[in-house]
Parts: sequence; C-alpha cells; structure tokens
Amino acid sequence: MKFSFSEEQEEFRTALRRFLQAKSPTTEVRKQMQTEQGYDPAVWQQMCNELALASLHIPEEYGGAGFGIADLSIACEEMGRALLCSPYFGSVVLAATAIREAGSEDQRRQFLPAFAAGETIGALCVVEGRGGWAAEAISMVAQKDGNSYRLSGDKSHVVDGLMASVLVVVAKKPDGELGLFIVKAEADGVSRKAQASMDPTRKLAAVSFSNTPAELLNGDNASGAYERTLDIALACLAGEMVGGAERLREDALEYVSMRMQFGRSIASFQVTKHKAADMLLDVELAKSAAYYAAAAVDEGDADARGVVALAKAGASDAYIQTAVHAVQMHGGIGFTFDNDTHLWFKRAKASEVFLGDANQNRERMLQNWGDDS
Amino acid sequence: MTTMTEDEVRSQVRDYLEANWDPNRGLVEWRGMLAESGWGMPHWPKEWLGRGLPLGMTAIVDEEFNKFGAIGAAKMGIRVLAAATILEHGTDLQKQKYLKGIMTGEETWCQLFSEPGSGSDLAGAATRADFKDGKWIINGQKVWTTSAHHADYALLLARTDWDAVKHKGLSYFILDMHQPGVQVHQLKQMNGHASFNQVFITDAAIEANMQVGELGEGWKVATTTLMNERRGADSARRYESGTDRPERIYEEERQEIATVMAPYTWYPQRTGRVDLLIDQAKAMGVWNDPDIRQEIAKTLTIAKSAEWTARRARAASQAGKPQGPEGSIGKLAASIVARSANLTHTKIAGPNAMLTGEEDGAGGVVAEILVSTPAISIAGGTDEIQRNIISERILKMPKENRTDTDRPFRDVPRNQVG
Ligand SMILES: Cc1cc2nc3c(=O)[nH]c(=O)nc-3n(C[C@H](O)[C@H](O)[C@H](O)COP(=O)(O)OP(=O)(O)OC[C@H]3O[C@@H](n4cnc5c(N)ncnc54)[C@H](O)[C@@H]3O)c2cc1C
Repeated sequence: MKFSFSEEQEEFRTALRRFLQAKSPTTEVRKQMQTEQGYDPAVWQQMCNELALASLHIPEEYGGAGFGIADLSIACEEMGRALLCSPYFGSVVLAATAIREAGSEDQRRQFLPAFAAGETIGALCVVEGRGGWAAEAISMVAQKDGNSYRLSGDKSHVVDGLMASVLVVVAKKPDGELGLFIVKAEADGVSRKAQASMDPTRKLAAVSFSNTPAELLNGDNASGAYERTLDIALACLAGEMVGGAERLREDALEYVSMRMQFGRSIASFQVTKHKAADMLLDVELAKSAAYYAAAAVDEGDADARGVVALAKAGASDAYIQTAVHAVQMHGGIGFTFDNDTHLWFKRAKASEVFLGDANQNRERMLQNWGDDS
Repeated sequence: MTTMTEDEVRSQVRDYLEANWDPNRGLVEWRGMLAESGWGMPHWPKEWLGRGLPLGMTAIVDEEFNKFGAIGAAKMGIRVLAAATILEHGTDLQKQKYLKGIMTGEETWCQLFSEPGSGSDLAGAATRADFKDGKWIINGQKVWTTSAHHADYALLLARTDWDAVKHKGLSYFILDMHQPGVQVHQLKQMNGHASFNQVFITDAAIEANMQVGELGEGWKVATTTLMNERRGADSARRYESGTDRPERIYEEERQEIATVMAPYTWYPQRTGRVDLLIDQAKAMGVWNDPDIRQEIAKTLTIAKSAEWTARRARAASQAGKPQGPEGSIGKLAASIVARSANLTHTKIAGPNAMLTGEEDGAGGVVAEILVSTPAISIAGGTDEIQRNIISERILKMPKENRTDTDRPFRDVPRNQVG
C-alpha cells in the first residue's frame, strides 16, 4: 500500500512508538552515545524478544516474521524519530538483507534464524576510502583458496561494525564479478577499530582483513543481490530520516510556541509561521516518497530502484533543511550541547551522505528511469 | 576627517615601521608604542591613541603591517566593540582607563547583553541595576556571553527604570568581572567547544562613574555596540593565525593566540571555510567530478559576490561617502555563504562527512565546519532579525505593529525564566 497503512501497521507503529518513548528518551540516547559499544544490550534483547523487531523482513522459513519492507521502514522511521542507539540498521537492515538477497538456501537457513532472533549482530562492509556505497567503487578482490576464499584489504564507514559478530563483505571475486562474502568477526586477520563518527548515535568502524578466510554467499547473481540490498536499505534509510525530520519539526514548533520575544509569542511572527509551514511541506513530501518507495519495493514495481533513490535524495535534502531550521528557530539555545536539537542535526548530517548523497541518488534514479538498459 | 591620500598613509606607516619595528621587543611593549604613535588603531581619534583616519583606511595600514611582518594592536573579540562604544559614548575617565588595555591585549572584554528571556529582543533585558549608597547594585542573569570566563570587564545592559517604556528604562555600564557577585559557568556548544557562558550576577557593584551614556539611554549606547558587531560580521573578516618565525614578539603572539584564542579555534569554521573547497576537492580526488564542481562553483559565486559587496561598502566609507544598502547586508550574506559552504563541503567529503576528529581527511576541520556554521545565523542577531532590519530600516517597509513599547516595561508580557 503506497498511500496508506493497514490497521495492523498503525498498531505496530503505535506500540513501537510507546516502547521507544520509554526506552529511548534523549537522556538514554546521550548515555549510550558516549559509550564505545553505543547501545544498551538489554534494550536490544527486548526489541528482539518482545517485539520481534529483528525478524520483520526475514522470511518465515528462516525464522522470521515474513513482513515486508514497508513494515521494516516503519520500524526505522520510529527509531529515527526516537534516535534510538542500536545496531538495528547495520545488522537487520544491511547485513541480514544482504544474506537474504545473496545467500543460497543453505546459507539463509544457516545464518538468518540467529539474525531474526537478534542473537547475531551483523554488519555490511562496503566502503573503501572515499568511494562510497556504489558497486563500481569497490576494488577489494577475494583470493580463491580451495573451495573457499580469502580477503585482504581495508573497509571503512562500517555501520555497527564494532559490535558485529558476522561481517558481510562486498568485494570482487577473482573473475572480477561482484561477490558478497561472510566473515566471522573473530576470524584470523580481522582487525577492527572504532571510527570517530560525527553522529555519535550511529557507530562506525574501520575493518581490515589480512588473508582472512571468507565464505562466498552463493545464491545467484551477487551483483543483483547487492543492488537489491541497497534498494531496501535506501528505502529504510529514507524512512528513518523522515522519522527524525518529523521529530525535529515537531520539537521546533513546540519550542517557538512557548518562547516569547518583543512581548509576544515568536510563533506569532509571520516569518516563523512560514518557516513552520515550509518545514511541514518538506517533511510531508519526504514522507510520501519514503512510504511510496518502501511499498514499491514490496510490490516489485519495475521502477522501484529509481523510486527508492528518489526517496533517499528527498530525505537527504528535507532532513538537513529541517535540522537547519530547527536549530535556527531555537536561537542561541539551539547551538548548545545541552539542547537536544543537535543530536538530530548530526544524524541528519551523517545521513545526508550515508548510502550516497542526494545528487548521487538523483543520478541513480535517472539511470533507472531514463537510460535504456 | 583627514585629507591624507592612500599613498601618504602608506609611506607614513612604512617610515614608522622602519624606524620602530623590532621583532625582539615584547608584545605588550610594542603595542604600547603603537598606542602612542596612533598606528595601532589609526581610525581612533588623535587625542585617544589613534590618528583620526577614516575607517576605510585601516585596511591599507594593515596591508603595510603585513608586508613588514609587523604585529598590530590586539583586535580579537569584543574588545573592538568595547572601544568603539567607549569612544562614542564614554567619559574621558573611561577612555583613559580602558582604551590602552584594549589595544595592548592586556585586558579582555565581554558583552553582557543577551539574557535567558531576551535575545533577539535585547531591549527586553530584565537584569536590574539599583542605585544604593552611591553605587549601582546589579542582579540578574545573562547568557551566551562569549569570553565571560576569561574577561576582565563587561559591557552590561541593565534595567534602571521599570516604569518607563522598554527602550527608555535601560542603562549601560562597564562591569568589573573580577568580583564575588559575578559567577560564570561555561556552556558547551553543539560543536563540542565552550566559548560562551552563563553569567549569574548577584549584588555585583558598579561605581557611579562607570555608567556609559545617560541614565535611561542604555539602548542608544547598545545600538552603537551592535552596529559595530554586525559591521564586523561580513565575509571579508580574517582571522589571526600567527607565524612560525622565531623572534620573541612572534613567540609571544603565538602564546597569546594559543591561550586567549583556545576557546575560539572553531571561529573560522563557522564561516564555512570557502577557502578550503578547492583544495579539499583535490585532496579527496573529486576535483574532476562535474557535479561537485558545480556545487563548488555555486558556493564560490555567492562567497565572492558577498566579499565584493563588503569591499564596495568599505570603499564607500574609505572615500567618505555614505554607504548604500551594500553596507547592511553583509551579515545576512555571510550566513547564506556559510550554509552553502557547509553543504558543498559535505558533498566533497562524501562518506567522510560521517566522520569527525582526525578522520575527516582534513585534520578535523571539515567535521568542525559541518557542525559550526549554524552559529553564524544566530550570533550577533539572527538572520530573521537582520531581515527585519533590512526591510524596515533600509527598504522603509512598514513596521510590525508592536504591543511591547506602548506601556511600562513591567506590564509587558515576557518569558518566565529561572
Ligand atoms: C556562538 C554565539 C555567541 C554569542 N555571543 C554572545 C555574546 O557574547 N553576548 C551576548 O549578549 N549574546 C551572545 N549571543 C547571543 C545571541 O545574540 C542570541 O542568541 C541571538 O540574538 C538570538 O537570541 P535568542 O537566543 O534569545 O533567540 P530568540 O530571540 O528566542 O530567537 C528564537 C527564534 O525566533 C526568531 N525571532 C525572534 N524575534 C523575531 C522577530 N521579531 N521576527 C522574526 N523572527 C524572530 C529568531 O530569529 C530565532 O529564529 C551569542 C550567540 C551565539 C550562538
């Protein structure tokens, strides 16, 4: 459903929002963001055990709930709204999706149930230097080693890479085709270190491999599987971003409504009203695109790839613009560390480039829609 | 107003520097000499440590100093605003007491204007000054006060009459920050630095002769301070970075920059650092990316245009002509430049925009730009207030109907704080 949610989905959202309000107030966000691990394992347990959140889009035959990307995106939207500190995006949205898309039947059976139960935390290793998430930018080549492979080289910007026990690495096979490889985090030759992230609520790691044993995910066509993984991740990221943008918009509106200057509410100045109206417009447009994109993936639309890229591009622009307005509407307080606005500002800034910036995703959209392929 | 030409000024500065500049002198000693010669602040009046040159000529003097490698008067921070205000409204006693310490850098100033309840609406200040036993006794709270944690003196706006209308009940004072009634708490900013403060004032005392301007005329005096602040906020502003030359005076300047400027190392970054765009694009290997080139070019276009607008304003004042609107839009332009530069730096950094500290590929500078530019559109009067000023004062558009200026201040609705 592209333009509305089912009753079940609305109930799911309500329950999740209530849960996150209790578990992820900004006091808790501030506490977790200062730790290296970056999340509270007890909350992760509850998310997985009580709400089955890690299982949403994993098919039932692999221990999952068998829901769609629209549902996964709702979860991300609520987490973005609450700025939940959790390995959810790295593990569930990126790593589990990659295995779901690229693994053979056996491999899915082997790995996905533990992901669905939240027992395995995974991460997807893609980026090399400034190259970003585009498949063309990957140059790491796996060496053949009997029936298996070995990996050497450096990956960075690995979301939730430090706490993961299973790494999915995107590299080239010796024949030059793209491959997705499973590596155990404790395997020989893996070394990981935290990267100082601009958004402390989303932890990043640099991961290097030195002759590390790796297992190829050998469902067919890894390249297609990686692109599908990206599509799903982009749809979910767009969802997460509009959730954060909406929260910023609401909080800024609440602030201006109680603040007075010149003997009147600053909300009564026309420029404040116009800004608030523009913010509503930005956020609602971005929400519509994010909702449409997730549904397009679920419905297998031919243009889904372009649509998710559109949604991410829109969310990139809308989120950072909303964040800039939100700081501005708070005045001096908005620039302080104690005020919460900067927490979302930094998430907006990091999300602006995560999985490609707005321009790159607009390009992805046009390649999908306009180019003959 | 002097009639000296640019060339005459240049040759006089050169003569002075040739005869007196010696990098082995102490910094304060040298600046003391500058105060006596008038070359430290050449636009100050002759009788007050200057040479009475038009403001626009100071850039020429600075250029000559730079050619010589000579260090000028201390100019960073609120000190220049304090000096401008004291020169215009202060008594001879105040000028005598403060101007030299401002110029030598020995004394540091801060601006106690904004309060929790009044920022954009500065005239809504509710810090009280009551006259008791020959002194002003001050009580209230100020906030966002840059430099308060190491300032010796403050420019203070406080209410002396609660029955007068808002703008008529304020008076302006010089507050000695080193007294028990003044408590300063540093505030951490979103970029991790702490250059501004909360200031709690409880029964602090000010001698009667440290009132600046007439009783009840504080708003008028504050306007001088603010005009100077906003004029300084255009994109043509440069920052002191020191040199690595070995002589004593450079060493002392480096120490001054390192200690006094430590809380402000992020200031250049809040402008967006347009100067770094091209080098960063090359360093990141995206200089040939047509899309990124367009973004850089767009940012450079507005940044250069804003710089030239500021130069037009300066040229007008140099020639002693009245300024057109170009003199009033610099601060707003600087905000727009900073925002654009932030977005362009983000695109250049790509995934590295997710990193901070040493890992952003520019020693942390880019990361700092990304979280510092929001300050520029708030500090010193928000963009919205700048737009109100431009539309109402420059474009003479009708003012908003006001309900806060037609009644005694005590009857004006305001925030309940503290
Ligand atoms: C880095 C930094 C350094 C600073 N240093 C100092 C200092 O040294 N000394 C000092 O005194 N102050 C200082 N300030 C304070 C600064 O001047 C104020 O923050 C600023 O004027 C805004 O006031 P406020 O924070 O109370 O916000 P508010 O006035 O509450 O503004 C909130 C929002 O309402 C908008 N708004 C308010 N009035 C109107 C209106 N009439 N029409 C339209 N929109 C309106 C504002 O534009 C803003 O978006 C500093 C601030 C920063 C960020």
